[in-house]
Amino acid sequence: MNIIVCIKQVPAKDAPLAIAGNWIKESDIGFEMNEPDSFALEEALRLKEKHGGEVIALSMGPERVKQTIKEALAKGADRAIHIADDNFAQLDPLGSARALAAAIQKEKVDLVLTGLQSDDHGFGQTGVLIAGLLNLPHATIIMQIEVADGRMRLKRELEAGWFQHIECPLPAVLSIQSGINKVRYATLKGIMAAKKKEIATIARESLGVSAEVTQKIEKIYVPTKTKKTEYLTGTPKEVAAKLVEKLKFEARVI
Amino acid sequence: MKILVITELRQGKWNNTSFETLVAAQQIAAATSSTVSALMIGKGVAALAEELAGKNVAEVLLVEHDLLEAYTPDGYCAALSQVVSSSKPDLVLFPHTYQVRDFAPKLAAMLGKGMIGDCVGYRNESGKLVFVRQMFQGKTAADVTFQGAAPWFASFQSGAFRSDLLAAHPSGKAPVNKVAVTLNAEQIRTRPLELFKEAKSAVDLTQAPLIVAIGRGIKAPENIPLAQALAKAIGGEIAASRPICDEGWLPMERQIGSSGQTVAPKLYLALGISGAIQHVVGMKGARTIVAVNKDANAPIFEIADYGVVGDIFEIMPALTEALEKAKSS
Repeated sequence: MNIIVCIKQVPAKDAPLAIAGNWIKESDIGFEMNEPDSFALEEALRLKEKHGGEVIALSMGPERVKQTIKEALAKGADRAIHIADDNFAQLDPLGSARALAAAIQKEKVDLVLTGLQSDDHGFGQTGVLIAGLLNLPHATIIMQIEVADGRMRLKRELEAGWFQHIECPLPAVLSIQSGINKVRYATLKGIMAAKKKEIATIARESLGVSAEVTQKIEKIYVPTKTKKTEYLTGTPKEVAAKLVEKLKFEARVI
Repeated sequence: MKILVITELRQGKWNNTSFETLVAAQQIAAATSSTVSALMIGKGVAALAEELAGKNVAEVLLVEHDLLEAYTPDGYCAALSQVVSSSKPDLVLFPHTYQVRDFAPKLAAMLGKGMIGDCVGYRNESGKLVFVRQMFQGKTAADVTFQGAAPWFASFQSGAFRSDLLAAHPSGKAPVNKVAVTLNAEQIRTRPLELFKEAKSAVDLTQAPLIVAIGRGIKAPENIPLAQALAKAIGGEIAASRPICDEGWLPMERQIGSSGQTVAPKLYLALGISGAIQHVVGMKGARTIVAVNKDANAPIFEIADYGVVGDIFEIMPALTEALEKAKSS
């Protein structure tokens, strides 16, 4: 079973964000693998261990993205494709998906996996759009994958604690729900092995897809507060005493 | 401008976010002299379409087909792309549900268009619509505009608009117009099977008046007893954000957020929870929200009534002690 996993690199969770127009200042902050995508990668590696085949990590962005690609290779992906694009952050969901779909089309794959959404833009559209562009069946928010006889039986999460089983033929595109598995760490052996693995770089412009945007982020900003927050300060003991007082006599909830 | 709202049912009943989106459409229509149509899709849903016709809409489009009885992304995309092509709306609005996430971006792409998903509001800037959505897990907001020609597609987050503001039809009822669509079984590649819930929950957090919730800040499962002691002292239930339940540190039934429970307790004490939107949609209805987090910029503080910028490992035991003391005095 040959699987492509789409992996995005995003600002590190604890990175202090300095807003610059419609994006952030990228110097001085760390980047990491988008956490939802790490679950998709892990699921791909498990499917490969069970059914054989190859796992290809696919990532788009500037040179820094290579760091995340190497992490995917160290965890067990067999090879990687890097779509190089310094202006990646300015693409809209459809533009990103067009480039990813064009790169996927050059490969012979049975399954394309994505995470649920990215921790930066949070569009949550990539997997569904790739399926649409490649005319493949798809399913999202997947909590379990079983493969038998060229078909998949999937467990899909719905809202409010409900789930649904669905059957889906291969090839297909799945968006993986976070928490579907326990993500592995890269071993030293894996890190060493990754150095010999292939990273094929393609410039996004060379894929021949439209860069015309359907939507534009005009600006980003710190959201205006809707509630007036009363901050309590002091030593932990003082703060605790104040809070109990407030909850008892002001909010009257205890 | 013609606005079309795609409504959604959840197991045969209204998904309330549908009405919230209809309110958004009514407000946008009032600001831009537009008309609102509502669309009902499924099989055997004519009675619900009639109910929609009682709202302040110009018309209700009823799209019924045997192959639309159960939701499938292929069936919905095939049917709705036909409807959008024939009825030519300028703006198509959806409630931002898991189902909409599953098909709407593809529907837009089939027509060569984009979708602005998960919006929390909009602004009308002299005729140009600006949609507001969150980025960086709620740490920033973003103003987003459509580029290129209509139709435009957007979805609104649950709770972004108040469904009790939904206006009734001024003169009784709008017309319900059936729209025929052509579908064949081969187009639908996935097969939906049964719906189910996991093992019955032992705890119903929706009924708990006091909730003590933990997030990533708890760091390790060994630290959870500190939060449990606090929950016991306050007489509340323990709950968590998704990562904690994903790790298996607390059972899934204790999870608050879009994929877990939605609660509205008297008191919600958020400990080491950053306040990502997926969590906030599940608890923003709480009457009093207390947030303790070491990051002063954590988005949870935006909705907190009381905030403590500090170390939960210092605050938790101190608060437990203060509560015990208050009880005994």
